[in-house]
Amino acid sequence: MKSSSLRTLALLTALLVGAGFALVFFYAPNDADQGFIQKIFYLHVPLAIVALAGFVVGGIHAIRHLRSGDPVHDARSYVSIHASVIFGVAVLVTGAIWAKASWGKWWVWDEPTLVSFLIVFLLYCTYYPLRYAIEDRERQARYASVFAITAGAFVPLNFMAVRAAQSLVHPRTFGTVDGGLPGDMWLTFLVCFAGITLLWVTLVSFELTAKRTRGQLSRLRRALDDDDRLPDTGVAGRIAPSGVSGR
Amino acid sequence: MTRPSPSTAAVARAILAKDLRVELRTLQSVPAMLLFATTVFVIFRFGLDRTRLDGGLAAGVLLVTILFAALLAINRIFVAEREQGGFEAIRLAPADATALFFAKAAALLVYLAVLELFALPVFWLFFLDSGAGLAPLVPVLLLLDIALAVTGALISPMATNSRARDLIGPLILLPLLIPAMIAAAGAGQHLLAAGGVSYEQFGTWLAVLGLYDLVFLLIGWAAFDFLIED
Repeated sequence: MKSSSLRTLALLTALLVGAGFALVFFYAPNDADQGFIQKIFYLHVPLAIVALAGFVVGGIHAIRHLRSGDPVHDARSYVSIHASVIFGVAVLVTGAIWAKASWGKWWVWDEPTLVSFLIVFLLYCTYYPLRYAIEDRERQARYASVFAITAGAFVPLNFMAVRAAQSLVHPRTFGTVDGGLPGDMWLTFLVCFAGITLLWVTLVSFELTAKRTRGQLSRLRRALDDDDRLPDTGVAGRIAPSGVSGR
Repeated sequence: MTRPSPSTAAVARAILAKDLRVELRTLQSVPAMLLFATTVFVIFRFGLDRTRLDGGLAAGVLLVTILFAALLAINRIFVAEREQGGFEAIRLAPADATALFFAKAAALLVYLAVLELFALPVFWLFFLDSGAGLAPLVPVLLLLDIALAVTGALISPMATNSRARDLIGPLILLPLLIPAMIAAAGAGQHLLAAGGVSYEQFGTWLAVLGLYDLVFLLIGWAAFDFLIED
């Protein structure tokens, strides 16, 4: 992506996230049950949805990578998962704060969505040690893609198993959180959701651009080093630079 | 002279037969798993300070022990292929590389079945008052074994071909196997309950385990090729 469009994207993200927070604090009413602390919902839930969707996007890029063998898709898969893992940390922290405020404990095991998210997060954390334990670039990309696909299929299975384990003991009491939202809360939620989604897209675009630029830089540097080592008088010395610019 | 390339099933059978013959002659994996499982039972006896177990605790001790014993075998299952050129051989052979996946999963399944054949009576002897829950536990364990074998055969080649060999396998497999463990423990805690065998949610848990097995079997089938090609 060009730097001008990156800048536009970043500005738009800042605008939407800012607007979202303004709505959260000045427009959305306090929740009747939970009061002010319920407002963390506008940050926590969009972060969680975007992180999970990001894992799925990473899996889709991984399928594309295995089908085409194009390393660009592997980079996209990696960056998607990377951004989602960072969002995942924020989800767990905001979830813990919310749990402390409304249930008095930093962690509760009877909220299946939170527990499922933790398990998914733990699995995706192992993506990094796997990737960096493989030296061969091409093999690293292939293995990482197989992992991303496996983990992508794991996400719905895991949510199902954790929910089935809970329903034995606890009736689902939070199932209607979204369905029962009044209009002004819905609006605030949607703006926040759009803002967080754009934030994810911006972070992914920045990292992809940075990766590509770094790749170009090291290619140029290598070409320059090769150039230095060539004898100055020969034909090769004159041919090499044009070969570099052709890449 | 051209010969038709052998079917995937024939190749898988040949590799499985090779693996089982090697295991019978060297006794590298299964006796170690059995010794490990027995020792872990003893550690749980003191770790929990309980001489009799029932319900969720009994199921937990049994399943966690099987899980860790399985990790021992999973870590080793592809080592011979790396050291003796099995990965190259399957690439060179006019055969589907997926046969290697099915053969290794089947070998793991056999190892785990043999392990449980010995470990279950030991568990009964050590911790249980009644063995009534063990018979209905067999299908649960069988489905769990398939889960362990399939995910193990999929993740193990990645770990074996990486720099941090013995670390990567368990690191990925433990979170990956949590849904299967949840389902097996969910069924097991009622089968081993103190008040007698109860089949509460038994069908649901078997269905979850079956779905888990099916999903990862399909992923392994589809993706294993990419772990072998170089």
